[in-house]
Amino acid sequence: MDSQAPIIIVGAGQAGMQIAESLRQEGFGGALILCGEEPHPPYQRPPLSKKWLIDAGAVGALTLRGPAALERLKITMKLGTRVRAIDRSRREVELADGARVPYGKLAIATGSLPRTLPVPGASLPGVLALRGIADSLAIGAAIRRCAAEGRRVVIVGGGFIGLEVAAGARKLGAEVTVLEGLPRLMSRVTAPVVSEAFARLHRGHGVQLMFGAQVAEIVGHEGRIAAVRTVDGQEYRCGCVVVGIGVEPDDLLARSAGLLCERGIVVDDCSRTSDPLIVAAGDCTARRMGDGELVRLESVQNAIEQGKSAAAALMGRTRQFINTPWFWSDQYDVKLQMVGLSRGYDQVVTRGDLAKPAFSAFYFRAGRLLAVDSLNRISDHMQSKRLLDHGLSPTPAQAADLQFELPSLLKGSREATADEA
Amino acid sequence: MPRVRYIEPDGREVALELAPGQSLMRGAMDAGLSGLEAQCGGNCACATCHCYVQAGWLDKLKPPSDDERLMLGNVAAELRPNSRLSCQLIVEDALDGLTVQFPDRQS
Repeated sequence: MDSQAPIIIVGAGQAGMQIAESLRQEGFGGALILCGEEPHPPYQRPPLSKKWLIDAGAVGALTLRGPAALERLKITMKLGTRVRAIDRSRREVELADGARVPYGKLAIATGSLPRTLPVPGASLPGVLALRGIADSLAIGAAIRRCAAEGRRVVIVGGGFIGLEVAAGARKLGAEVTVLEGLPRLMSRVTAPVVSEAFARLHRGHGVQLMFGAQVAEIVGHEGRIAAVRTVDGQEYRCGCVVVGIGVEPDDLLARSAGLLCERGIVVDDCSRTSDPLIVAAGDCTARRMGDGELVRLESVQNAIEQGKSAAAALMGRTRQFINTPWFWSDQYDVKLQMVGLSRGYDQVVTRGDLAKPAFSAFYFRAGRLLAVDSLNRISDHMQSKRLLDHGLSPTPAQAADLQFELPSLLKGSREATADEA
Repeated sequence: MPRVRYIEPDGREVALELAPGQSLMRGAMDAGLSGLEAQCGGNCACATCHCYVQAGWLDKLKPPSDDERLMLGNVAAELRPNSRLSCQLIVEDALDGLTVQFPDRQS
């Protein structure tokens, strides 16, 4: 590597910060530049739709590392700085102000962008989506205003973000309607039994849930939102609209630079892109799995694991991302923890009490465990995580049987035993 | 402000003065310590801020909640009687001098 030219990391989120920190841990002593569009140092995003939404404190409570730690890592922080282009032939990045900065190697961690509603009125003030701190503050303020004026909050999308915001809005005292285009909540990632439990939970907290509700228009009145109209002609009067219909990887820079992208920057298990000098990590990537399929994960764990792999790759080492993916969500007093990927499942069994709710849904394909969603069943989650990490599987009957001890499967496994030693 | 001593996995010691009310995890992340990951950011959902509490201090801490107890049951490193999640340990004046050690791995 050219010892003069720095490693540049584009994107100062969880993945970008991880790459920077892991590079230092891997012994990289050269110059390191971290570019972020937002004015904030790297911070945690998950609280933005949870605790932070209802009780926003100092930004410092969200930051991943304090100023002294960042200084010690000798990272040149370029915050409030958008990278406009990557020039791979000259090995330079071009900043928004036109400045060109040479790189020895490059890491892309640009994250994802909320999908926008392709309907009239979508750009009215009061139509909000969540990506960063400023968005969370704006949504929190809009919800409080709605609560004070007795106007309803309409949330478009019954996925994680929409439902977490719905729970937060209820806590702040606003009336809430969730419009979901499909027949059930979180349908992309969970089984019907989990969707139903969350529908009961939200209805129990007074949220109006509308399914098969396709938004046709956001109706304004004198420059303000008046209502959301669905294709079946229903109008939902409201004071603000929060759009949570998923995200798209922010791969524009990479695509423009000619890197291989397929709904995300295509990377291998070691976070390497199609250019040997460039790695990518986090929400902006699509990872090629062993079976050739491309998987996009939007999670903190993915950003951290891919970030570690990316740093290793920049140092010429291989560090595969092989851990089992996991996710979590908080809604009211229910802690949802998910481990594994349930795509392609052919059987679901439940363990525990559906009504409470305090149960787990175990997803199987051809009798082998793929994934587990746990609602207030922390032990199931942690135990299943270890089983999946070790490639172990209970039978569906064992999973459903509360008397069956899941960790007992670990005892018979040599791999797991060696791991404990 | 109360001083908390952290022992990193490599044995290095770091003493930090922390404001009462914040968690030991928060203090360690701010300072850039490497012995923890804190993936969930303090939601008691990931068990990657596991620490061992030094002898003599365990009974001065508030006992773990049910959630923490369940999460601790499956930490990546060895579970010991003095294992806690540092995101659930809140700094207070009475904890001046508390020492915790991070395990060799968190995930």
